[in-house]
Amino acid sequence: MAVVINKDTKILIQGFTGKMGSFHAEEMIKYGSNIVGGVTPGKGGQKNLDRPVYNTVKEAVKHTGATASILFVPPAFAADSAMEAADAGIKTCVAIVDGIPSHDMIRIKRYMRRYSKNEKMTLVGPNCAGIISPGKSMLGIMPGHIYKEGRVGIISRSGTLGYEAAQQLKNLNIGVSTSVGIGGDPINGSSFRDIIEKFETDDETDAILMIGEIGGPQEVAAGEFAKENMKKPVIGYIAGLTAPKGRVMGHAGAIVSAYGESAIEKVEILKECGVTISKNPSVMGDTVKSVLEKI
Amino acid sequence: MDIHEYQAKEILSSFGVTIPRGGIVYSPETAENKAREIGGSKWVVKAQIHSGARGKAGGIIICNSPLEVAQATDKLLGKRLVTNQTGPEGKIVNRIYIEEATDIEKELYLGLVFDRSSESIMVVASTEGGMSVEEISKEKPETIIRSKIEVAVGIQNFQARELAFGLGIEPDLIRRASDTIVGCAKAFNELDATMVEVNPLVISKQKQILALDCKMSFDNNAMFRRNKVSELRDKTQENEKEVFASDRGLSYVSLDGNIGNIINGAGLAMASMDMIQLAGGQPANFLDVGGGATPDKIVKAFKLITMDEKVEVILVNIFAGINRCDWVAEGIVQALEKIEVKIPLVIRLAGTNVEKGNKILKESKIKYIEANTLEDAANKAVAALKK
Repeated sequence: MAVVINKDTKILIQGFTGKMGSFHAEEMIKYGSNIVGGVTPGKGGQKNLDRPVYNTVKEAVKHTGATASILFVPPAFAADSAMEAADAGIKTCVAIVDGIPSHDMIRIKRYMRRYSKNEKMTLVGPNCAGIISPGKSMLGIMPGHIYKEGRVGIISRSGTLGYEAAQQLKNLNIGVSTSVGIGGDPINGSSFRDIIEKFETDDETDAILMIGEIGGPQEVAAGEFAKENMKKPVIGYIAGLTAPKGRVMGHAGAIVSAYGESAIEKVEILKECGVTISKNPSVMGDTVKSVLEKI
Repeated sequence: MDIHEYQAKEILSSFGVTIPRGGIVYSPETAENKAREIGGSKWVVKAQIHSGARGKAGGIIICNSPLEVAQATDKLLGKRLVTNQTGPEGKIVNRIYIEEATDIEKELYLGLVFDRSSESIMVVASTEGGMSVEEISKEKPETIIRSKIEVAVGIQNFQARELAFGLGIEPDLIRRASDTIVGCAKAFNELDATMVEVNPLVISKQKQILALDCKMSFDNNAMFRRNKVSELRDKTQENEKEVFASDRGLSYVSLDGNIGNIINGAGLAMASMDMIQLAGGQPANFLDVGGGATPDKIVKAFKLITMDEKVEVILVNIFAGINRCDWVAEGIVQALEKIEVKIPLVIRLAGTNVEKGNKILKESKIKYIEANTLEDAANKAVAALKK
């Protein structure tokens, strides 16, 4: 099976009846995702896009058997919605929303420590494009048609830079097993390391392209994990060579504040970890190709 | 979001941190009275700008009479102070903080930041106050002590006590020192801060523990629930174009080069800037119009970029996802009907409906250079510059 989601994964939309929720639910349905219903507190019993609306996630899970959800709720309520999903037994939750306070993200992660490893929800995002397993399911907001089915895993902080990579791969006739957008915030649900570990054990993935950027320790942590524990090749690109120190570059997490957080330093450390570096963003596809040819 | 020293002091004081007596003034006339009101025989006149290292830049003046306080205020008000953190354009001084001078016995360092590895608040303290934390970690790393605070639980008294003893503070003052540390941690936690720094935290000859200089930064994403904090924003301390951008929902950072960028997505924007540099050029800005890149946003982006006099070429790079290239192209055509662009314009569209988008651009009256890939776009922008 693919990483995280597959064709049969039953998906709930949290914030189903809102404009964003409805729009993206329809896009996901068109792509073939198995959207079984949604949640909007106070609108339980109604229908949207021919699918049932529930008041609570627990109720929705009970009636639909959903195991995944995607959040389209405003940032002020997002932490609450994510914790509601975790408590209702959702296994994978994607938070698309940009603008969740960092303190809230830390609270969510602390809250989730009450669950054992097997019961624990995988939270992806926030401030991300979501997850797609081409030809199977899309739990996100990406343009599905630029992804070709195949055997390369993509993990990216940025949405559009992830699209750029998928397009470059498609132009070279290389497909993607799953692409996961982990988001641009300083504190996120799943790290590069969390997702890279899932790809290592996925029998549909041969190589992993990791698209990072300046700021934070995550790219290096994933590189060190790969060096110690992985057999599959990892290809990396780090955006932000020209970014000045101490400035936030769009993504709340894209700021160089400590040693090892600039693009040059990350690239050096990743090289030492055995990661093949794409030397610029226009050759991400070519670099993956050259690595695949050596397998 | 950053705030001024005096604002940070007011906040920390309300959380039980002791600060020297002081007051804010906006004119030399009021400065003299303010000094008398504060009392004492020695004052410190401090320029309020969003930057550290003000002392070295001449922004802090010690005065021995109320008249000197007025003269120092007069000297600093309206001046642009250039520090190693402001960039060459410096920052304007519109507010002056007057404070009673403190007899310092010992200077300490106290800082609180988000630690992204442990996803908790990290308290960093050192006996070497007065230096920047970077200097301390380079020159006296052995003096640094740390303590992790769980956001959901908050700081515990024992943690503050351990830090205070770790700083070598004498037993009689431990209680006051740990109250200070607890106050800073509570302010951090309760106000959605991302950074609190007291440097120096001093022990005075009168055995008081005082926050002599303070800095605080806050999470922009949390401002919806921090009305009082968001009112402290001082736009005169921010880059004019960056304020224009943030007021219009655009994410923008002004840089030194001459190739202006309009891009959707922060990662793609950084990647495009990198490509410009590799092609031999320098980006004039970072600009993310957002994943959506609506026509309205494109118009605002063109307005912003054309405001920047150093821009000699404009590069538009849009990877359309849910928004379509034809829609983006219409936005560009609309923008150029409203705004006259006399410099070369390179446009690269990719993603959903790219053929339709390029067709709209070609059939319009706008003059532009078409690019197909990220690399092609950067090369063409740099080549246009050379002409």
